[in-house]
Amino acid sequence: MISIQQLHKSFGTNKVLRGIDLEFDQPGITAVLGPNGSGKTTIIKSILGMVLPDSGTISVQGENISGKWRYRNQIAYLPQIARFPENLTVAELIRMVKDLNTSTAQDEAIISLFELRPFLDKRLGNLSGGTRQKVNLVLTFMYDCPIIFLDEPTAGLDPISMVRLKELIHQQRLLGKTILITTHVMSLVEELAEEVVFLLEGQIHFRGSLKELKEKSEETNVERAIAKLLEKQITEMSA
Amino acid sequence: MFKILKYSFFDLIRSRWTYIYCGFYMLFTFSLLWLSSDLSKVVISLMNVVLLLCPLIATMFGVMYYYNSREFTELLLAQPVKRTSIFLGQYLGVAASLSASWVIGVGFPFLIYGVFGSAQAGNFLMLLLIGVVLSFVFSAIAFFIALKNENRIKGFGLAILAWLFFAVIYDGILLLSLSLLSEYPVEKFSLIASVLNPIDLSRILILLKLDISALMGFTGAVFRKFLGTGLGMVVSMAVLAVWVVLPVLSIRRVAMRKDF
Repeated sequence: MISIQQLHKSFGTNKVLRGIDLEFDQPGITAVLGPNGSGKTTIIKSILGMVLPDSGTISVQGENISGKWRYRNQIAYLPQIARFPENLTVAELIRMVKDLNTSTAQDEAIISLFELRPFLDKRLGNLSGGTRQKVNLVLTFMYDCPIIFLDEPTAGLDPISMVRLKELIHQQRLLGKTILITTHVMSLVEELAEEVVFLLEGQIHFRGSLKELKEKSEETNVERAIAKLLEKQITEMSA
Repeated sequence: MFKILKYSFFDLIRSRWTYIYCGFYMLFTFSLLWLSSDLSKVVISLMNVVLLLCPLIATMFGVMYYYNSREFTELLLAQPVKRTSIFLGQYLGVAASLSASWVIGVGFPFLIYGVFGSAQAGNFLMLLLIGVVLSFVFSAIAFFIALKNENRIKGFGLAILAWLFFAVIYDGILLLSLSLLSEYPVEKFSLIASVLNPIDLSRILILLKLDISALMGFTGAVFRKFLGTGLGMVVSMAVLAVWVVLPVLSIRRVAMRKDF
């Protein structure tokens, strides 16, 4: 479904991605992990065509994405920071996105799931961080896309919404979708992810199932396993 | 692209600044018409205003709109929409709403004073056209500068500088070099120099249309001498069109290569 070959990207002198090879050919939930600045968001934005790679190729559904745009209706994307035009109301924003992407949208179901109805007539600039994130979730999940990217999906959410979001992700998984999640919340990884991609300094440091990750690091929980991977890397580098 | 254009246009049409801008022109034109019943004099007075104000406001609006709609742009970029149509749509939305303010603000008073029955109809239409073209040129330049600069303060500064350059500094440099080179034949040089500045070009175009040699200045006179009124107008129109197309192509080029 998604295939990335030798992806390189630098911003100025900062080399963010140094030769990423990734392949997602089966439905499933993959957690993309890594310390801040390891290139998680850059990979996702490259697949979306928002960041243009220095070299390397990306194909989505077998088609090279360079210069294309129609393939984006196959991808639902939840941006990390929910930034919206401040003057619009929630309902106006949803209507606008629906006008631009004319695939069938199931916004009503998601709006009621996150109890957003009372906020529909409020201006986006006046919403709290958590409510904005819910609007963000509505815009992401209202389309039936085979590929879903979630960049820090739980940011600012209260526990109830968190549980509902997890259920929603789980449902989407059962529908046979390919889902990529970047997060720093390890409980989310443990609950949802089938596979882990661990990025470090723009390269893939580890890729495998949760079980493999735990075995490799001889730890029983993901948080510690990741911390150990990082520590090992640091001692190797200093040695 | 037309959906984006529509959003930008209606977004701006709802903005209070668009009304203030339109209202200013209306008030100004009405008072000029009230002071003088000679329509051609009013057209000339307005020409002096349009040559400075249209570029300035277009520059400010263009930069402001680009930076203010950053969030929306990022949202659009993840949607199945072509990249260039996002930016060209936004640009056309800004340019169209500015032009609408100008045409309505100046057109309405003239219409009431019965411009279309008089001999000044052609000159008046030329004035309107120049205002529209200048709005398109300078909002394109502003968009290009804003796209190039992530930093808002820097973008704003450069855009204002660009306006100042074309509106004031350019003429100063031109006059200075003409007086320094007065012993040489400088006609061709001044001809080329005035073509390179859209504001100068617009001034010449209006004056050629109005046929007032007294106000034409050196470059205008040279223009008429070399090209004659008819050909001069065609040439200056064509060059003005290039002044719209060139920045728009630059917007397209930058938009294709930018990371978000």
